[in-house]
Amino acid sequence: MLDIQNAVKVFEKGTPIEHTALNHVSLHLDAGEFVTVIGSNGAGKSTLFNAVCGSFLLSEGRIFLDGQDITYLKEHRRAQSIGRVFQDPMKGTAPHMTIEENLSLAYSRATSKPLSFAPSRKQAALFREKISEFGMNLEDRMKTKVGLLSGGQRQAVTLLMCTIVPPKLLLLDEHTAALDPATAEKVMEITRRTVEQHHLTTLMITHNMASALAIGNRTVMMDAGQILFDLSGEQRAGTTVDDLLRLYYNSRHQHLDNDRMLLQRGGQ
Amino acid sequence: MKLLIDSLQLGMLYGILALGIYISFRILSIPDLTTEGSFAFGLSVSAAITAAGHPVLAIFAAMLAGALAGSVTGLMQTRLRIHPILSGIITMSGLYSINLAVLDGSPNLSLVRVPTLFKLIPFLSKSDAMTVLPVAAALLFLALIILFFHTHIGMCIRAVGDNEDMVRASSINVNVCKVLSFSISNALVALSGALIAQYQGYADISSSNGILVVGLASVIIGEALFGRRSVTLGFISAVAGSLVYRYIITLATRYSPLPAYMLKLVSAVIVALALAIPALRQNVKEARLKQGGKAHA
Repeated sequence: MLDIQNAVKVFEKGTPIEHTALNHVSLHLDAGEFVTVIGSNGAGKSTLFNAVCGSFLLSEGRIFLDGQDITYLKEHRRAQSIGRVFQDPMKGTAPHMTIEENLSLAYSRATSKPLSFAPSRKQAALFREKISEFGMNLEDRMKTKVGLLSGGQRQAVTLLMCTIVPPKLLLLDEHTAALDPATAEKVMEITRRTVEQHHLTTLMITHNMASALAIGNRTVMMDAGQILFDLSGEQRAGTTVDDLLRLYYNSRHQHLDNDRMLLQRGGQ
Repeated sequence: MKLLIDSLQLGMLYGILALGIYISFRILSIPDLTTEGSFAFGLSVSAAITAAGHPVLAIFAAMLAGALAGSVTGLMQTRLRIHPILSGIITMSGLYSINLAVLDGSPNLSLVRVPTLFKLIPFLSKSDAMTVLPVAAALLFLALIILFFHTHIGMCIRAVGDNEDMVRASSINVNVCKVLSFSISNALVALSGALIAQYQGYADISSSNGILVVGLASVIIGEALFGRRSVTLGFISAVAGSLVYRYIITLATRYSPLPAYMLKLVSAVIVALALAIPALRQNVKEARLKQGGKAHA
């Protein structure tokens, strides 16, 4: 479904602060695969997402989505087939618009009649039904402005916005990292259910190594703009967090030095 | 009585201006200085074409002119990534020459001897038309704009003003939305100018000086009256604010000792004060907290 071939991204090329954020990254995702991505800060995880979304163009390499070459496609064109949830709950929704209106914007992937009234009654009913499946009691607050919701509720709305028209690729950029543990768990559960329901091809960045192994069916670790290792199938099933750390040590000959990741070793 | 009616007429005509300002200032959250030029653009295009004997065509041409001016500003902001305020200033100063060119190099043009829209309405005397037409035009465009901002494309524009990042991550073209909304905003501003020219029976380019502040004052007064709850109410309050602003100005010029030329200073002070209210409130709150803290110490 997603095919990243030899992606290179160099920032500030030709200046003293030149920085290679992606160093010949190749990654292939089959349809329906759910891949978790781990790695310390500056490993290139978010850069990889930005490259796939088209926030900037690659220095080298190509990206294909569902057989189509999207390397030079404009950001909003790619967004027609890519859904993305950010870490910051503020980023994914328009705060002064209602839940219903936000969803209706996202629904435009499916219908593009610019001068029809939005949301139509039929759409409003559909949104209500979909959001009630989340079990967050949002279905009675469809006319509430999103700015009044909690972070977790906003992430749930954003997730629905990204999946109400199933995208070819779902990108989750640490989308539960800014939430309290209980809410994070809940949003993660909704995520798991939604991905399963639509068989979405998904890439999820997380700092939590335990949940990286627990969720999805493949785990990729990135470091210094490269893919360090790529675990799937039986090999992944037997892997523990300590194994991940050992794998990191073996390929880098240094210990993983990241408080945020290590602190969550015992968690969940 | 005459004063009341005059203010109603002007309030409605400038109400259309306030609708345009509301789009840029509140929906996109970008104060658009193009307004200063596009109001005069509408004024002069309308006057020139009316003088040539086509008062109806003049209105449509003026709106088109305003839309064009707005899209120039919009394209500078999006395609060329020039700072929003600067793009407005650039368009505004460019328009100054264009407006003079439209009026054949003269800064004003009299329409006293030519038929204007207000003399052409069937069954209505000119004085009646001068009330009916502004009210009808303001209400018509108020309704159209409210409807537009409830369509899909209108909602996209609102989202761009609300959270640009989110819109970039969805499949909506942010640049198209911005250019479109600047066009619509300035088309309304130019329409207001076009009607004012025919209403007054003359066009004077300098009448657009400080027009942005007039529009902002209307929007802010409207919000003080109605609050900021929804976009529908926002547009209604902009027109109502324009009406109230006219009455304030009428009263101020009639009963205050200030000479008429102090009008713009008065408007500027009103707008500055209204915009400062949130900060002033905050200061008062903090001062109280400090006082309370000292009392307990």
